[in-house]
Amino acid sequence: MSDLLRVENLTTWLATESGIITAVDDVSFSVRPGRALALVGESGSGKSMTCSSIMRLLPASGHIAGGRVLFEGEDLLAKSPAEMEAIRGRKIGMIVQDPMTSLNPLFDVEDQVGEVFRYHLGDRSRRARRPKVLDVLSRVQIPAAEKRLGSYPHEFSGGMRQRVAIALNIACAPKLLIADEPTTALDVTVQQQILALLRDLQRETGMAIILVTHDLHTVQRFCDEVAIMYAGRIVEQGPVAEIFARPAHPYTEGLLRALPQLGGQEDRLPLIPGQPPSLASLPAGCRFAPRCRRATDLCRTEYPDWMATAGETRRSACWYADEVLG
Amino acid sequence: MSAFLSVRDLRKTFPVSRGLFGKPELLHAVAGVSFDVPAGTTFGLVGESGSGKTTIAKMVMAADEPTSGGIVIDGSDIATHGKAERFAFRRLLQPVLQDPYSALSPRMRVDRIIDEPLRIHRTYSSKAARAERVAYLLDAVGLPASAAQRYPNEMSGGQRQRVAIARALALEPRLLVLDEPVSALDVSIQAQILNLLRDLQDRLGLTFLLISHDLAVIGFMSTQVGVLYLGRFVEVGSKETILSDARHPYTLALIASAVPEADAAPVTGEIPSPLSPPSGCVFHTRCPVATDRCRQEVPSLRQLKPNHLVACHFAETTRKETRNA
Ligand SMILES: Nc1ncnc2c1ncn2[C@@H]1O[C@H](COP(=O)(O)OP(=O)(O)OP(=O)(O)O)[C@@H](O)[C@H]1O
Ligand SMILES: Nc1ncnc2c1ncn2[C@@H]1O[C@H](COP(=O)(O)OP(=O)(O)O)[C@@H](O)[C@H]1O
Ligand code: SF4
Ligand code: SF4
Ligand SMILES: [Mg+2]
Ligand SMILES: [Mg+2]
Repeated sequence: MSDLLRVENLTTWLATESGIITAVDDVSFSVRPGRALALVGESGSGKSMTCSSIMRLLPASGHIAGGRVLFEGEDLLAKSPAEMEAIRGRKIGMIVQDPMTSLNPLFDVEDQVGEVFRYHLGDRSRRARRPKVLDVLSRVQIPAAEKRLGSYPHEFSGGMRQRVAIALNIACAPKLLIADEPTTALDVTVQQQILALLRDLQRETGMAIILVTHDLHTVQRFCDEVAIMYAGRIVEQGPVAEIFARPAHPYTEGLLRALPQLGGQEDRLPLIPGQPPSLASLPAGCRFAPRCRRATDLCRTEYPDWMATAGETRRSACWYADEVLG
Repeated sequence: MSAFLSVRDLRKTFPVSRGLFGKPELLHAVAGVSFDVPAGTTFGLVGESGSGKTTIAKMVMAADEPTSGGIVIDGSDIATHGKAERFAFRRLLQPVLQDPYSALSPRMRVDRIIDEPLRIHRTYSSKAARAERVAYLLDAVGLPASAAQRYPNEMSGGQRQRVAIARALALEPRLLVLDEPVSALDVSIQAQILNLLRDLQDRLGLTFLLISHDLAVIGFMSTQVGVLYLGRFVEVGSKETILSDARHPYTLALIASAVPEADAAPVTGEIPSPLSPPSGCVFHTRCPVATDRCRQEVPSLRQLKPNHLVACHFAETTRKETRNA
């Protein structure tokens, strides 16, 4: 199946107090229809900047310095601002950690969801929009939706607000939904509900999903492919089941081992020493080298090329990928 | 073994008024909680937002007054303490909170942050003795001596949490109250802090009251676990029992959310408002195996086997039924 989204060598600069940093550094990945790609990494590794670059919603200090973002074969980076407006919310939806970012506190639910139909589909009459609004609210499983039409965002719980934000973003049946830590702020049982909802919507509509998360359990449960970011770059990517079973990058390996396992009996967690580098002062060579127990002089001087491992579907940016794979 | 911390039928009720003229209603944030924490062990409190974890921690720290119930620390009932005693007692208990950033004032140098409690409690008379203590503490939490001259805003989240732990250890406490100590940190840094806490516990014989919404963290750290829902325990037992033989449908749902391959039925809905808790079993509105009886009759927290308490009418059969539901 052909790719719905193909990100090629995306590079994004940010002007910060400590100079210009490369927040997204030569990032490439693709997403196919109906599939879910996880973007994982520690905070500051560039996950959100990757998403905002794709959506062309960078802060004023940001600048896309290179690469292509091919969506249905067309480069989003070459689109005019008006063309992007028409794509956002219609062909590509995006939800973020804090649903209030998507919601307007001054409008009730009917008007917020209705606005999407008016803006993108030209539905002028409020009465004609109502059944569509009710339909999408019931698809995100808001109980007794007809009674909540007049409610304002602050009257909803966190989980319900995220459902409304999802409703806004799936109302026009987008081909791609970008979800940037959509459940991080929610309670664990509610997290499961929101993920199950996204899964159901995906099955129904065949939309592709990019799920940004730092929770490896969520990746394992929810996603088909995973791309692991470290200090602005993707260090490993491929099918979730294979990577979790046999990581080909020492960082992935370390993350998986550092995770406390329910029912594990160990006294100490095997950990990755040190901390991620600051993007303002990156080490030469492999960015993970200062924390990597396998690092050699080669690693400390030269950034590793992509090593194709275990066939065509997987890639690891590690000089010793084959050894890590074992 | 006698408990270092003992909590008996602890309750906290907040009067809250809706709107300007509304009559205040009572919010039962903690609705009768009892547990013991033997010296040198960890009691893990797990539950979702609003379940009362922080409220319990605050009462244990004497930062908030219980509405009723007793807290006994090292054999002494804290309700009977006068001002002087309370000040002295504060040395025994120290908090470590979720957000290391807000807990430390960003413009205070790290050595001042760590020796502030020493100055307040006048523990070390000379400046040199305090500096030595600071150096010892930095080393104990795995920070280089040079960290003393730095400021929190120049540090990463994990380093800041180490500073917060060093400060908490300054007065040689015996109990640390850890409220979500790693939930703001990345996985690789979480593991570092969790290992550090366990090392310190072994070396210094510390007792921990650990609060987390993450069952994997609770499982790694705890000796005994209490699962809170709407201000009350729905299940209490040893870590082993809770992780491998849990019986309450809510505990089973928490476990299912932490283990990818678990297949318990997901719970529906969200936590009800503590202002109007459901009748009967407080969990019935979300329970996948609730019956009519659950809507009417409050299940008592009953003993299923030694050191295993469950508040569910059907505790004997839930493991099978939630899977089929
Ligand atoms: N000072 C207060 N006045 C009124 N209600 C309060 C007060 N403090 C806490 N509550 C309420 O008491 C209940 C328990 O709150 P608590 O902060 O203990 O929860 P928690 O388990 O620590 O949650 P979280 O995981 O979000 O930290 C909540 O319903 C909360 O809104
Ligand atoms: N609005 C912003 N202005 C300036 N720098 C930012 C902004 N947002 C993020 N950054 C920086 O960009 C880098 C990548 O951040 P981000 O993409 O948000 O990471 P992640 O989502 O993986 O946590 C970090 O160094 C971060 O500090
Ligand atoms: S390239 Fe070298 S330093 Fe980098 S991850 Fe691989 S082994 Fe470690
Ligand atoms: S008492 Fe009933 S509602 Fe409560 S947990 Fe048990 S089965 Fe569920
Ligand atoms: Mg982010
Ligand atoms: Mg709390």
